[in-house]
Amino acid sequence: MSKIPDNLKYTESHEWVRIEEEDIVTIGITEHAQKNLGDLVYVEVPEVGITLKIKDETGVVESVKSAEDLYSPLSGEVIDSNTILADTPELVNKSPYDEGWLFKMKLTEKAELDNLLGAAEYAKFIADDE
Amino acid sequence: MMEKKTPLYHKYSEAKIVDFGGWRMPLHYGSQINEHHQVRHDAGVFDVSHMTIIDLTGQKVRDFLRYLLANDVGRLKNKGKALYSCMLNEQGGVIDDLIVYFQNDTQFRLITNAATRDKNIAWIKKQAKTFDVQIHERDDLAILAIQGRYAIEKVLPLLPKNLHASAKTLAPFHAIWNNEELFIGRTGYTGEDGFEIILPAQQAPEWWDALLAAEIAPIGLGARDTLRLEAGLNLYGADMDENYSPLESGLSWTVAFKPENRDFIGRSALQVQRESGIHPIMVGLVLRERGILRQHQTVRTENGVGEITSGTFSPTLGVSIALARLPAGKHERVFVTIRNRELSAEVVKPPFVRQGKICVEL
Repeated sequence: MSKIPDNLKYTESHEWVRIEEEDIVTIGITEHAQKNLGDLVYVEVPEVGITLKIKDETGVVESVKSAEDLYSPLSGEVIDSNTILADTPELVNKSPYDEGWLFKMKLTEKAELDNLLGAAEYAKFIADDE
Repeated sequence: MMEKKTPLYHKYSEAKIVDFGGWRMPLHYGSQINEHHQVRHDAGVFDVSHMTIIDLTGQKVRDFLRYLLANDVGRLKNKGKALYSCMLNEQGGVIDDLIVYFQNDTQFRLITNAATRDKNIAWIKKQAKTFDVQIHERDDLAILAIQGRYAIEKVLPLLPKNLHASAKTLAPFHAIWNNEELFIGRTGYTGEDGFEIILPAQQAPEWWDALLAAEIAPIGLGARDTLRLEAGLNLYGADMDENYSPLESGLSWTVAFKPENRDFIGRSALQVQRESGIHPIMVGLVLRERGILRQHQTVRTENGVGEITSGTFSPTLGVSIALARLPAGKHERVFVTIRNRELSAEVVKPPFVRQGKICVEL
């Protein structure tokens, strides 16, 4: 079974969201997602300063075998991105919820947080796949 | 379609299983990249029992194969010698690629792909009618590919006495066998040295355990794909199929136009193509920027547009590599479209890696 921390929120496209303060969030992909992809060899994260709408395509995570587009789970401005992943994409495999984070956002539509899945809901969503 | 399983399916344990041409096969046993390095630096075993083994027997079997295949089995003089060939349709398109082993004047063994099994059998049966050749599909056998720098060294002690000495001195692309249906070829699909062992299916689990006990690691089909691509070896269904001839697939070297009087299926079509001299060509690509080359990406060249047929991240080179079919001409630098961006790639002659050594400039 994959780890699904209780303090995070999730999307059906397998991103996780951590609320850092008020309207600042950190975003990554779940352990389930990295396991399914296998060894990651290329990660492209959004540039700092760009503005994203919810569900915008904003990067890519690629394993040896396949490429998966990355979608913004929320609307807002990108205020930081994990640029060391360009040289060490394997961090997403090793530490998907910590060192393998992808980018941080300042939200413009905080209400969108309410539509994300809780840990239990996400666990249920991926249950058939595990 | 019912999903098929090899006699080793129950040995895959923790592996990630995928569908491959209707078979339930291991993609990797934990890390595809580690498995890739394991083969380049040490030794690994692949279960490739999904591949098709066809034994052909009869007085005219050699004549039949000289007609059926684009390469010439007339070249096989020594017992056990193997030959790589394409099997073509009348238009020169590749029905499948295969390895044929010469066993004796009335018996040859073919190893063909898994996903092409039914059409191959149907095609061979149809062509064999006038040659009085018997076709035996060998579902009772399994195939283990043991590949890597120390593969042969690690396998030799496990072989039965009656094969040990001859296996030790077996030349590349040759096979030996005993009368208990153990068949050992010094062949492979990784660019490393090794054996492919064909054996009775019921003995496969026992062999598997013995190989793992000899510190030969299990390797999935994922690493098999990156290893073969680094070695510059084509994959059927990706780098060639019935729509392309061997000349358009980087396989001109496998077509024996000589002797001129040998008629083989597809010959006249290939001859027209060869004489015109204008047909697409296969090249290797090394991506010079960050990103990953993938199948079906568009390649822009000075002579027009081509396409990537296989692309991946190369664990040995640490950059992305590909095989691509490009318009005729001399190419040096090309541009590949990846998610609406054009990235620069260099054209190279495969292989990228052979026997653990990098063969292209980085």
